[in-house]
Parts: sequence; C-alpha cells; structure tokens
Amino acid sequence: MTQISTTSLTPQLYLQRQTRWRPIEIVFWAATLLPFWLFPTYLSLASQIAITGLFALSLDLILGYAGIVSLGHAAFFGIGAYTAGLFSKFVWGEPFSGLVAAAAVAGIVGYASSFIISRFRHLTLIMITLGLGLLLKEAANSAHWLTGGSDGLQGVSIDPVLGLFKFDLYGRTAYGYSLAVLFVVFLCARRIINSPFGLALRGIRENVVRMPAIGADSRAHIRKVYTIAAIIAGIAGGLLTQTTQTVALEVLSFERSADVVVMLVLGGAGRLYGGLIGATVYMIARDQFSGIAPQYWYFWIGALLVIVVTLLPNGILGGLSRLIRRWRRS
Amino acid sequence: MSAVALSARGVSKSFGSLNVARDINIDLPVGARYALIGPNGAGKTTLINLMTGLLVPNAGAITLAGEDVTALKPQARVKRGLARTFQINTLFAGLNPLEAVTLAVCERRGIADRFWQNIAGNKDAIEEAYEILSKLKLGDACYQTTRELPYGRQRLLEIALALATRPKVLLLDEPAAGVPHEESGEIFEVVAGLSDDLTLLFIEHDMHVVFRFATHIIVLVGGAIFTQGSPAEIAADPGVREVYLGTRKHG
Repeated sequence: MTQISTTSLTPQLYLQRQTRWRPIEIVFWAATLLPFWLFPTYLSLASQIAITGLFALSLDLILGYAGIVSLGHAAFFGIGAYTAGLFSKFVWGEPFSGLVAAAAVAGIVGYASSFIISRFRHLTLIMITLGLGLLLKEAANSAHWLTGGSDGLQGVSIDPVLGLFKFDLYGRTAYGYSLAVLFVVFLCARRIINSPFGLALRGIRENVVRMPAIGADSRAHIRKVYTIAAIIAGIAGGLLTQTTQTVALEVLSFERSADVVVMLVLGGAGRLYGGLIGATVYMIARDQFSGIAPQYWYFWIGALLVIVVTLLPNGILGGLSRLIRRWRRS
Repeated sequence: MSAVALSARGVSKSFGSLNVARDINIDLPVGARYALIGPNGAGKTTLINLMTGLLVPNAGAITLAGEDVTALKPQARVKRGLARTFQINTLFAGLNPLEAVTLAVCERRGIADRFWQNIAGNKDAIEEAYEILSKLKLGDACYQTTRELPYGRQRLLEIALALATRPKVLLLDEPAAGVPHEESGEIFEVVAGLSDDLTLLFIEHDMHVVFRFATHIIVLVGGAIFTQGSPAEIAADPGVREVYLGTRKHG
C-alpha cells in the first residue's frame, strides 16, 4: 500500500512495518467511544453497527482475503444467535459463556460445511452457500418446538455483564459490551491476517492456480479460514441475541447474507477495516433513509451501492487510500 | 549410468479422440539439462502438466526418484521435490515478490498454516526468501507489487517461486517466453547458474538457446516422442529438420 523509499530497509523490518499499528487505527478505535457522549440516544444503533461490523469482518476473512464468495453467511450468524438464545434459556444467562457456546456451535457447523465449500469456486460456490443458507433457515422455521419458528425465540434472558452491567433500555451496556467483544475479536483477526496463514489466504485470492505449484494445500487453508469465519459470525449472532434479548427468524435470512456482502463491498473487501466502515455507512444510511422514506429505503441503498462500486472499485477504503497516495505524490 | 530423478513410463493422455500424449517414455538423470522441443501443439506443456499432476494420465506412470507419484496431487509432488514454472505468468499479482517468495518458503517449511504468529517473526523464512530473490537479481524490486514489475522481472519471479520450494527436479515451461531476444539470455544465464544437483527440463523455441544450454534434446511431435539425443545428433537429424527446424521459423 505505502511506497517504501528507504532502500536500507531489511526484508524483515519491511514486513514488520506492514503489520504495525498506524495512527489512523488508534484514532478509529478512539472514535468508537464517542457515541457514549455525542449520541447517547443512538447507542442501540451503535451496538447494532458494532455487531454487524463484526459479522462483516468475519465475511471479509473468507471473501476479502481468500476470495470465497458466500451468499449464505447468515447461516453462522443465525446459528450463533439461536445458540446464545437457547443457552440462556436452558443453561444459564451469563453472557460470555453464551458467546463461547455460540462460537463453538457455529464453528462446528462451519467446519463440517467447509469440506463441501473448499471443493468449489465461483458460481457453484455461491449457489452452494445460498442453498445451505436457505436450507438452514427453513429447518429453523420448521423446528418450531425449539426455535419458536416465525414467532421468534421467546424467553431469552441475559444476566448483567460481569455481574455488574445490566442490559438497559438505552443500549449503554449493549454498546459497551458489543464494542469490547468486537475489539477483542478484531485483534485476533488482525493477528490472523498478519500471520503466515494470512499470507497464504492472500495467495489463494491472488492466484489459486499457483498455490499447488508452490506446494500449498489450498483446500486445507480454506477449510481452516471458513471455520474461523463461522466462529466469528457465530459470536456476532450471539451478541445480537444477548443485546436484544430476542431471536427472530430473520437472523438466518437471505437478506442478511446479501446485506453483509453489500456492506463489505461498500467498505472495501480485503481490508481489515472494510467491513467495519461498510457496516457503519450502511447502517447509518439505512437509519437515515428509512426516516425519509420508510417504504423505499432499499432504493437509496441500491443507489449508494451502484455509485460506490462504479466510482470506487475497491470500496470506500480503497478509494480513500488511492486519494491519499495521489495527495502524497503531488 | 547415473540415478534417475524423474521418469515417465508409457504415459498417455487423450481428450476424447485427441491424443495429446502417446506412450511417452522419458528418463531424466540427476543433474540433467534436458530441452523439450517441438512445434506448437506438440504437447510439450501437456507433458509438463502430466508430470506435475495438473493432468492425470490415462495410462502409464510418473516416478520421482524411484517413487510412483502418478496418484499424487500436484502439491504433494512439489513437497517431494518436483517444481515447475509456467509459460504464461502465473504469479500472485497483488503481492510483492518478497511476500510471494516468503509464502512459498513458509509452505515448504510447513509453517503456512500458523495463524497465531506474526509473519515478521519468521526471520529465517524471510531471509531465505530474500536470498533467493537477490540471487535472481530481484532484490531491489522485492517491495514492488508484482503486477507493476517489468515483464522480464516477472519471468524471473516465476523461477524464484519454483526455487523457493527447494526442488530436486525443475520443469521450466518456456522461461523466456515473451521476453525480447536481448533479455532472454539474461534469464537463461540464471537458469545455467542453478545448482548442478538440480535436474532440469526446459521447453524452449529458440534453437540457439537450446543448443547452448541443453546436454540432451527431446523432440516431441503430435504428442509422441519423435526422437531424442545429444544436441549434435538432433542438429544432424534430417527428420527433425523436416518436422521442426526446416519448416518452422526459429530464433
């Protein structure tokens, strides 16, 4: 991304520099705390953004880094959401253990389906992910005894976080909790991206044909990253359940799978912050547009998508980094 | 008779009624410098694909250092020391050479699945990658994105990626394809400078290059071996002249 002018830079230092925290990142995370003071009445929305951002981050790992297009990623979000809900109902209401359960179940299902996913690419893969997503949604719909079907899961009740912070009506706890979880998972994702495995994922994205020729087993890599992405999506789903204390069938919907792809493309796929920026822009735009025209807000989302994709092929972040490079050169 | 590094035994492959490889028998002795020549469509790249496992033969066997690898996947053959380059650049366009070669080194060392470790922590792997790049005169270009590299440099990166797997046998598919004549010598100097232990088979159209670097030439026509022998024998063979040298443009 950045041009390195010094020729004295050793290769190791160069790679280290690529993975170093940039000031803008610290600014970004500091800014996530602003809603507590600037928009105290919008904390519920902020919490939704953090959760959706986490979901988009999980998709970024497979779509942005390994080039696996999925139209059924909500499956893992939904599994996490239902697991966290059922966990609170039948085990106990402690939130962190609920998240661990959500992550575990989503991860197991992700690992199982990764054996199918890793064998296909392109259109076939899109159709398979789409199909698996629909399959799961209808299974949840018909399992009324367990999930409540289209009525939603009733009786979810979550204990205060750390036994101290009760989930309140204003979303104060919800945002603080979601943001904290988002940050911790983001640190893990950042670590993964900057690891040898992260480099292998970029290799798959850049040229899947070359990978076997350098001795790489792409399918094993894909199975692994798909499982990791499922775990993170499951955590995001679990967060939604815990912060809203309800689970609707919508968590497994095709719209949710499609929306998250749109967010990632808006923000910039293959960049760690693409999902977070995309989710923020999308959720705020949706909030504003639905205020203006409650029935037609998807029209504006459509317009936004077309404009961003035509003008900024690498999303908002891609466009920004191009601007910065141009500005530095001149 | 020196040990055989790679051999094809009665290898055949057809797509429908089209026979792209017919009963091919080749033995590459350890340290060989063999050239594979033949007119366009003779099945040279197909043969490399069969040897490396990108294609599965209908009949016959591929053995690597005496081990039958016919059923093994390409990546498993790479792990056993069989590497290749591609006629058409098959690189990681969005990575820079340092990242690409470091990836190949990590794969060979079996550490490419470590997702908890910072890439910069693997000092040995990075230094090894840089060493390979320096040897191929790519050291000063190693931070430049691959797609922005001059074409000739990209051809060298093809070889660098293959070398990072530490091959025992290296199959070069027209290493200087598309490179202007003046620069192709540079690429073959690199090839000639490779270790003597490394077994080489290369496809090349430029007869000057072939006669200069090959110790043995295999002529492929219509998916079958037409003849093979030393450069002097091939040059003197009237049949080869007719099917290849005489009727086709060269040089």
